[in-house]
This record gives sequence, C-alpha cells and structure tokens, in this order.
Amino acid sequence: MEDTVLTAESTILETRNLVAGFDGRDVVHGISLAVPAGKITAIMGPSGCGKTTFMRCINRMHELASNAHVSGEVLLDGEDVYQLNPILLRRRIGMVFQRPNPFPTMSIYTNVVAGYTLNGTRMARPDLDRIVEETLKRVTLWDEVKDSLHRRGTFLSGGQQQRLCIARALAMKPEIMLLDEPTSALDPKATAAIEELIVSLKGVVTIVQVTHNIPQAARISDVTAFIHLGELVEFGPTKKLFTVPKDQRTEEYLSGKFG
Amino acid sequence: MAVDRTLSKRGEAPVRARLRADRGFRGAVIALSLLAVVPLVLILALIVARGASSINWRFLTELPKPIGETGGGIANAIVGTGLLILIASAIAIPLGVIAGIFLAEKGRSRLGTLARLSVETLMGIPSIVIGIVAYVWVVRPMGHFSAFSGGIALAMIMLPVITLATEETLLMIPVSLREAALALGVSYPRTILKVVLPAGMSGIVTGSLLAVARGAGETAPLLFTSFGSPYMSVNILKPIGSLPQTIFIYATSPYAEWHDLAWGASFVLLAIVLTLNIATKLVTSKWKIQF
Repeated sequence: MEDTVLTAESTILETRNLVAGFDGRDVVHGISLAVPAGKITAIMGPSGCGKTTFMRCINRMHELASNAHVSGEVLLDGEDVYQLNPILLRRRIGMVFQRPNPFPTMSIYTNVVAGYTLNGTRMARPDLDRIVEETLKRVTLWDEVKDSLHRRGTFLSGGQQQRLCIARALAMKPEIMLLDEPTSALDPKATAAIEELIVSLKGVVTIVQVTHNIPQAARISDVTAFIHLGELVEFGPTKKLFTVPKDQRTEEYLSGKFG
Repeated sequence: MAVDRTLSKRGEAPVRARLRADRGFRGAVIALSLLAVVPLVLILALIVARGASSINWRFLTELPKPIGETGGGIANAIVGTGLLILIASAIAIPLGVIAGIFLAEKGRSRLGTLARLSVETLMGIPSIVIGIVAYVWVVRPMGHFSAFSGGIALAMIMLPVITLATEETLLMIPVSLREAALALGVSYPRTILKVVLPAGMSGIVTGSLLAVARGAGETAPLLFTSFGSPYMSVNILKPIGSLPQTIFIYATSPYAEWHDLAWGASFVLLAIVLTLNIATKLVTSKWKIQF
C-alpha cells in the first residue's frame, strides 16, 4: 500500500523541475515531486530551505512578488497551472497561512463564505447558511461559534481563528489544500486540535503541508518530502522516510544534527 | 546576609537621587504639556466670550443687513461654506483616495515616487498661491467668480491631506490580509476594494474629515475664486459667501456691530472645526479594527 501512493494513477499534483526564487537568485533548485490524491503530504525542511516558496509556486502566489521568478512545470490533474488563469486556479487550491488571518472587517459567517461573496458569486441565503454550517461543523468550530456567527472573527482565540481560516478555504471545495506551517503560531492544545482536524480531512481533500516540526510531519502525514537548500533530498512514504532514510542528510536532519 | 545589607545600603543613595530626578522630570513634562494646551484654551475662551453672545437663531438663519441697520445674520456664509466643502470633497475625496491607493500599492515605482513628491509639494504650497492658480485656471476661462472655482481651490488644499492619510493607512494593513483574499481566487481589484479598503476605512474617513476641517477654515484661496456674496445662493456658478471670508470682511471693517458679527462667525466656524476634529477621534476609536 505504501508504494501505491506514488503510482501515477493517484497523482493529483506534480511538479517538474520547478525552479523559483527572488531577484535572480534561485531558492528552489529544480524540484520534481508527485503529490498523491487524497493523502497528506508533508514538506519538511530547515528554515529557509525553500519549502514555503516551493508551495507558493503551486497556487501561483509566489509570482505576486514583483522580484520573483519561476520556471518549470506544475501540473494539476495533468494541466499546467502556469497556462491557467491564476485567479481560477486559486479557487481550486485552498491555502492556509502561518498566522491566522481572518478578514477583520467580516463576521465569522461572512468569513466562511468570503471566497464566494468576494468573488461576486450570487447565492441564495439558505445555500450560504448550509455552507457555513456544514463547513464549520467540518472544522469542529460550529458548537463554539454557532451563537456568535455574526460577530467578528477576530474575537476568537488563535486556534479558533486558524480553524476559521481552514473553513474559509474548505468552503470553496478545493481539490488541494496548501497549509503553510498552520500551527507554528499556536499553543500545543490548539496545535493538537488542528492536527486532528487535518487528519480528519484526509480523503475529503488532498493536503500539502509545509512544516519544520519533525514530530508533526511524522504524526499526520502519509508521504514526506525532505527539502534542504532548495533541493528535494528525499521523498517517500512517511513511515519509510522516518525509519529507514535513504539519504545521509535526511538521517542527520531527523536526528537533529541541523535545522 | 550581611553582604546583602551593605549592598542595599550602598545602592540606596543613587536610587534616591534617580527617583528625585524622575519626579523632577515628570513634573517638567506635565508642566510643558499643560503649556501646550494654554494657547488653545485662550483662543477658545476669547472666541466664546466675544462670540457666544451673538449666537441666536436669527444670527444663524438671517442674511446680512446693509450698513447702518442693526442685526443681520450669517446664513449665507454657513450655506456657502457647506456648499464649497461639498464641491471640494466631491473632487478631493475620490481623487485623494485613488491616489493614496496607488501610492500604497505602487509607491516604489518611478511614477509612484514622482506622485508622492508632487503630493508632498502640493501640501506645502501656500493657500493664497492655490487661490491664484484656481483664478487663472477656472475663474478667467469662465469669465466670473463662482462657488465652483472656490471648491476647486479648496479641493487642491484637501487633496494631499487625503492622499497621504490614505497611503499611510493602507501601508499599515498587513500583507497577510491581502494574501488571504488573493489565495481565495479573488481578483486584485476586488481584493483592494473589498478587503484592503474596508480594513483601512477608519483611517481614510479620519483623513477626509481632517481635510474638510482644514478646508473649511481657509480664507485666502476663496478671495479670488468664490469671491463672497451677501445674498443667499446655492448656485455653484455664482459667487458665494463663506464663513472665513465673512470673518475677514467684518473684522476689517470700521463698524463695531460688524466686529460682533465677526466674533459670532468665528464662533460658528470654530464649532464646526472642533466638531469635525472630535468626530475623527470617535471614528478612529469606534471603527478600530483588530488584525
């Protein structure tokens, strides 16, 4: 089973020789990687190794910086994302950031459906109500906020805000969710809740998560990619990579020799 | 134990000296802060003392009377100032907000640097010069003085205040907010209009109100644009009266009654400006957005 996750049929996202960086300096040096559908893929590596830049190339957020460059291919369901309209692409790929960033001017309710309302999609109230309830239940936030749906999202705790941000991305029914160290700004209890939530989303949506938290990658991911100095060092089923790493550098990183 | 005691004794004298210095410094700071309040209090007291007695319903609703007749009001000037501010705001607020968005978004481009330099220079141009420019640009081609030309002159004074306030506000809005919207597949213009601008609304409203307060008190640019008029008028193509100009005319006249009218008009103008300033404080505290 562990080997089937890497076969071609189950691949939803693939990068081919992806090179990216800023100001003419490469941060990501030609990474080729196939993300299995419906699984949790962890992108692990020391700070500054290019893992976030790599991930931001997938939904084309990287190119928003005026000094950014990118080349190579990113294939979503076999389509080159750099041939797609970035706006439409980003509606298919959800993203959650390091720090919870709910829209401060909006209520919890409008935050959840922000992906629709901000894009000007007209929807009937009952449909919106249903999306809000379903999504908030999905992220286990419903019971905590069902009586304050029309209060601002910024009054919530950090962990609740992050779950709200996950809900906001999930409400768009994305094919893939990109999580950029979603628990690095949270306390251990909130972190545990988010981890549990991520695991529960398995099968519902494909998850690509960047982390520099080694135990977290081990706990929740199915496949792990280890990136060091902008290069993909090792990529494989999490259990294998953590127990019998093939590369010397992976072993050193896992045993805390650097990073 | 013994060592501790000697240490604490040795340390006592300098600490006491420091506490004394601290008290002295705090006293000086409080005294100087109070000193800064004194001019405002004196001005307010004088204007209230001399102007409040003129204020009554007739003063606010009647037109000026000719020389020799007693009574008369400043209704035309109040309406005139309102109209001038309305014209100026209709021009300066949209332009200023749009320019502010541009500076916040593309401020480091060449055009951005040039635009910011222009706006900052515009801020420093004496208001009388702006009046002359408005005269040449608007009054001369139209062939007559008008409320419209006065509004243009005031708009030029308000524009940089609004632009810089908008830029400053938008620059304080975290990038994470904009990224949140963009990552949801929201287009760039919609992100700016529906996410970034609402988050900066309190700063933009504050800047606009301050600009209005500043424009309402300007006299010099109105002298050769809106010109002044003793009649009630809401025609933007005709000359129009205004509070600052009424004060100027009445205060420089030789008649004691007109001096009283000038004080009364000062009181009204001051009340308007103070109200606007207090409103900006309320806006900033009530609409405060927590990121």
